[in-house]
Order: sequence, then structure tokens, then C-alpha cells
Amino acid sequence: MNKPLPNDYSAWPDANGRFGEFGGRYVAETLMPLVLDLDAAYAAAKADEGFKAELGSLRTHYIGRPSALYFAERLTEVYGGAKIYLKREELNHTGSHKINNAVGQILLARRMGKTRIIAETGAGQHGVATATVCARFGLPCVVYMGATDVERQKPNVFRMNLLGAEVRPVTSGTATLKDAMNEAMRDWVTNVADTYYLIGTAAGPHPYPAMVRDFQAVIGQETKEQILAAEGRLPDAVVACIGGGSNAIGMFHPFLTDDGVRLIGVEAAGHGIETGAHAASLTGGRPGVLHGNRTYLLQSDDGQILDAHSISAGLDYPGIGPEHSFLHDVGRAEYISATDQEALAAFQQCAELEGIIPALEPAHALARLPEIAREVGKHGVVVLLMSGRGDKDVNAVAEHLGRRI
Amino acid sequence: MTTARIDARFAALKAQGRAGFVAYVMAGDPDAETALAILRGLPGAGADLIEVGFPFSDPMAEGPPVQRAAQRGLKAGMTLKGTLELIRRFREGDAETPVILMGYLNPLDTWGLEPFARAAAEAGVDGLIIVDCPPEEAGPLVAALEAADLSLIRLATPTTDDKRLPAVVKGTSGFVYYVSVAGVTGVKEADAAAVAPAVARVKAASGLPVAVGFGIKTPERAAEVARVADAVVVGSALVDEVAAGLEMNEDVTTRVLNKAAALAKGVRGAREGRKDGDG
Repeated sequence: MNKPLPNDYSAWPDANGRFGEFGGRYVAETLMPLVLDLDAAYAAAKADEGFKAELGSLRTHYIGRPSALYFAERLTEVYGGAKIYLKREELNHTGSHKINNAVGQILLARRMGKTRIIAETGAGQHGVATATVCARFGLPCVVYMGATDVERQKPNVFRMNLLGAEVRPVTSGTATLKDAMNEAMRDWVTNVADTYYLIGTAAGPHPYPAMVRDFQAVIGQETKEQILAAEGRLPDAVVACIGGGSNAIGMFHPFLTDDGVRLIGVEAAGHGIETGAHAASLTGGRPGVLHGNRTYLLQSDDGQILDAHSISAGLDYPGIGPEHSFLHDVGRAEYISATDQEALAAFQQCAELEGIIPALEPAHALARLPEIAREVGKHGVVVLLMSGRGDKDVNAVAEHLGRRI
Repeated sequence: MTTARIDARFAALKAQGRAGFVAYVMAGDPDAETALAILRGLPGAGADLIEVGFPFSDPMAEGPPVQRAAQRGLKAGMTLKGTLELIRRFREGDAETPVILMGYLNPLDTWGLEPFARAAAEAGVDGLIIVDCPPEEAGPLVAALEAADLSLIRLATPTTDDKRLPAVVKGTSGFVYYVSVAGVTGVKEADAAAVAPAVARVKAASGLPVAVGFGIKTPERAAEVARVADAVVVGSALVDEVAAGLEMNEDVTTRVLNKAAALAKGVRGAREGRKDGDG
């Protein structure tokens, strides 16, 4: 691989899996040969017409792609700024963008001859997507999920069980997504011969950040075509929520070389950045090494990883995909945040105005939309990535609103 | 050159015709003073080298025993700086026993690799094992450690094939740590029969002594591995004594040192009555 030009942000990572100083392969030696194998297998698959055809067919007939790009007339009217479009990933099979990646990786796992799939999940969306593709291809599936998340995402736990997956609650550490990821890594290092680790976000050791991004980039590619068809021009800004950031990088990546398009990521500010109880790694963290990559992390002065907090289990992660860290530092993308309360308000407003119940994750992006729409102005166009639907969140939201259902 | 302490210890073991016993202690487990008492007692209990773990919040390669030990250490307020202070105090009474610091990269990264390496050397550390820093990512760490005359001990594993092994042991010093099972610490049991050819392979590739760890819990298993390796590492079984001592309200230091003595006896007696050409 040639060394990328410094100003071509789309050409990263380099051969060592680096996005500038971020990324890399910080794994135990036992996993290193596996990570290198995966890199080679993915490179071969990417170049293979048969693989592309199989992926394309599943996208069309199983996921239901392309997902709609929908003009949100009433949000546009209420905010009084740019025209707002929603990229409707919540309409995908299983209800979020996570299936894009799960379908891609399960095909790769099959090509590699792996017979057992493991995954980590936070909100349960990636767990459901993984359990779904494992059911589809008849592979046994174990999903690690923090015990705290098992409790707050019960419907998704049951969905995974229905799909034939075993959900293993993780009680170590803080019993959330980061601990589920630790536990999945421990499983992988123990079952090296037959097991494929299907990581759900654009983080982890190389090649995961690049591979997950590539599978999610279908979001941005479709958006580009659809907005050109609808408006005859590129958007002024695209907006997406960020936990690990796989939905956002899938949207951003095809626009990286379009200088006129602002890329805006919205992190979870929890109770507020100043309270320390948040999940905003870029806004409130600093670079370090966790889960196989160098990236921005929430951490103590001694380098211990801190608990993240967000109302949304899917954003409740103290790290972020390394490519976002890179885009943050070089200034190509902007990263802002929204609190639990702001997300809750946006959740309700979107339901009431558009008849779309968003997941709590994209509700964070929705919360910043009024300012962005007004900043861009009347003649502009903004696309918001509706990464998932809110059915899984209705119980949690009812509780926050003091309603019993 | 601080790796001199490691080299001298392995030379002495070779002269005695036996394998070494490497005892693992988690800094701050269950508190700083007890951990120091354990450290000070280990050479007397028969430890030839000591590995001192520094706690990390997300120890991805550890099984439950060491995970819990790290949590106890963190709860007791132990830090990487505190860990070096423990070693400095240990060194006041022991200038001979090699001390290897073991843990994860992020706390070092936070400190800054160069200033950390200088502080570690000053405290009396001889080498480091950084679990999540494979050769591909080790460049900056190796440079910082070499500038402070410290050794980065490399790990070889059952998945390290012949093609990869030379790169793994390239430029390393002190000894090589062979991870005897594919897995986390303290869960699967090591198979001494499978370990023997692996040790020979790593030795041939590195020209260094080979210590074997992961999955060695009993004096009997330690003895089996001691017949084929240059040193035997035990960690989980020792930190479990801390947990048991706390649970049963017994003296933690005594429990750990008794266990260490039993393991050391297994290792030291392993080759007695056998003709063994290879040290």
C-alpha cells in the first residue's frame, strides 16, 4: 500500500492500520497471527467479485437496501433553516445500521472457514444483527453483553435468544460495553482455531476499523447518489451520532474528499461534560490504548479507563473508532455533544413531528439539528443519519418520563 | 546494564542444574503494605525471579483471578507510580532478585514512555512484559526502555508459528516468556508434553532462556514444566491465595508465601535424580 498523501483523508489507514497516529494492532501475541490472517482474508475478499456479488445480493434482498433518503418536511419547517433529510437506516432489517457490518463480516467468516461466531454488544443492536446473520447461515453465536445492559435492554436479549444466540452477561469491571468487549477478546484468545470475532463498531485492532467502515460506507455512498438525485447537489452538512462511531464513519467516509461537506459527529454528553458522567471521548478524553487500538479514551491521570455514562446503551463506551480520532485532530470532521435530557427531548419531538420513533442514539444527533440547520441556513441541505429505530428504547424512555407502561 | 541481574540469575540456575521459579504479585493487592511484605518474603520462599503486576482497569488477557487482583489493587488506590515505589522499597533489601514489571500499555503511555522508563530503572526494575504491545507496535517502547537499559521481555505463544517467531524474538534480551496455552491467565491447564517442543523451538530461535507461564497452578504441574523449561511462572494460583486469605480472614502474606514455597519446592526438586544435560 502506498503511503497516503497528507491531505487525502480517504486514503487511510496505512499498511500498519494507522490513521495518522491512531489505530494500530495492540493485541496480545496469541491474537496477533489471527489479526494478520484476518487482514489478508479481508484484502482477498474485497478484491473478489464473487464476494462482492454475494454481499450485494444480501444487501438488496435481506437487509432491504438501499435505505430511503427522506425529506423531513416538518422538522425543516420547525427549525426554520436548511432542508433536512433523514437517511433511514432504521428501516433496515433488524432496525439499525448494524446489519450492514454483520452481513459483510459473516460472509468473511464463512470464507475463512470459521465455525463459531462471537460478538460484543451494548444496546443489543449489534448483538441482534449478529444473531440474525448467524441464524441465517446456521452458525452458533455467543454474544457478550454487560450485565447492566442486559438489564436495561431486555427486549433485545430476548430477540437474540429467539434467533438462537447465547447471551452471556458480563459482570467484570463496570458490566457495560467495554467489559463485554474485554470478555469477547478473552473468548477469542481462548478459542483461536474455530472462532470469528464479529466486532460491531469501527474500533479494535486493524483491520477492524477499516473493514467495519467499508461495510458501513454503503450508507454514505447511497446518500450521495440519493441527495444528488433529489437536490442536484451535495449536502452542506451530514450529521451522525457517535459511540464507537461505525454509523458515522460509514456516512462520513464517502464525503471525506468533498471539501464543501461539513461532517458533524455528536457524542453523548450524559449528565453534561462538566459532570464527568458522559461518554464523549473526543470532547472529554485524551489519546491512549485500549481494545487493540490507539484512540481518544476517557481515562484517569494514571491511565485507568473510566466508566462512560449515557442514557443510550449504544453510546455508552469510553473510546471511539480511531479514524474519528484522526479526523478530529486533522480538523476534517467536527465533534460536538448532546446530553441525556437533550436527546430525550429530541426523541419525543421527532416522534411527534415526523412519525418516526428514533433510537436514543440518533436522538443525540437530532438534538443538535436545530442549531446546525439554522447555521447552514435556508438554502442549504443537511442530512441526518437515522441509525436505528426506537422500539428497543420505549421502556427506558417511559421510565425517564415517569410513565408506567 | 540492568538486564545483568536477569542474566546472572539464569546463569546461576544453569550452574545449579535446575529451573527457576518466577512468582507473580499484583501491586497493591490487597493493599500496598501487604503487597510489599509479600514481595520481601518471596525470595526466602524460593522465588528466583519476581513479576510485579501493575493494575489496569481492562486487563484483556487475564482470567478471573488476576482480574480480581487488579480490581483489589485499584480499589486500594494502587497506581503505576505506586508500583514503582513498592519496587524501590523492595530493592532496599534485595539487590539480586530480578524484578519484571507486567501489565498493559496505557498506564505507561499516560506517564510518557521515556520518563516512565527512567523512573522504572531507578526503582530497580529489570525488565517489562507489556501484554498488549506486540512486536509490530513495540518500536517506541523498546527505544525508551533501551535508553534506560531495561529489557522488553517478549511473549511467544502456541499461535506464534515458525514464520513469525524470528520477528517476535528479534532484538530481545533477558529471557523469552512462553505462554503455554492459547487463552487467558489461570484458566486452561498447561500440558507439559506439548510445552517441551515449543520451549526448544523458542530457545533455538532466541538463544535465550525460556520461562513458561499461564495455566500452572500446582507444585506437581510446576515440576513437570520445570523439567522442560528454564523457569516456571505462577500467577493466578498465588493471587488466589490473597483472595482466599481475605475471605477466610487469615493472614494473606503467610498464605501467599506458603503457596510460593510449595511451588518453589516443586520446581527445585523437579530434576533431582534425573540426568539432565540442558539447563
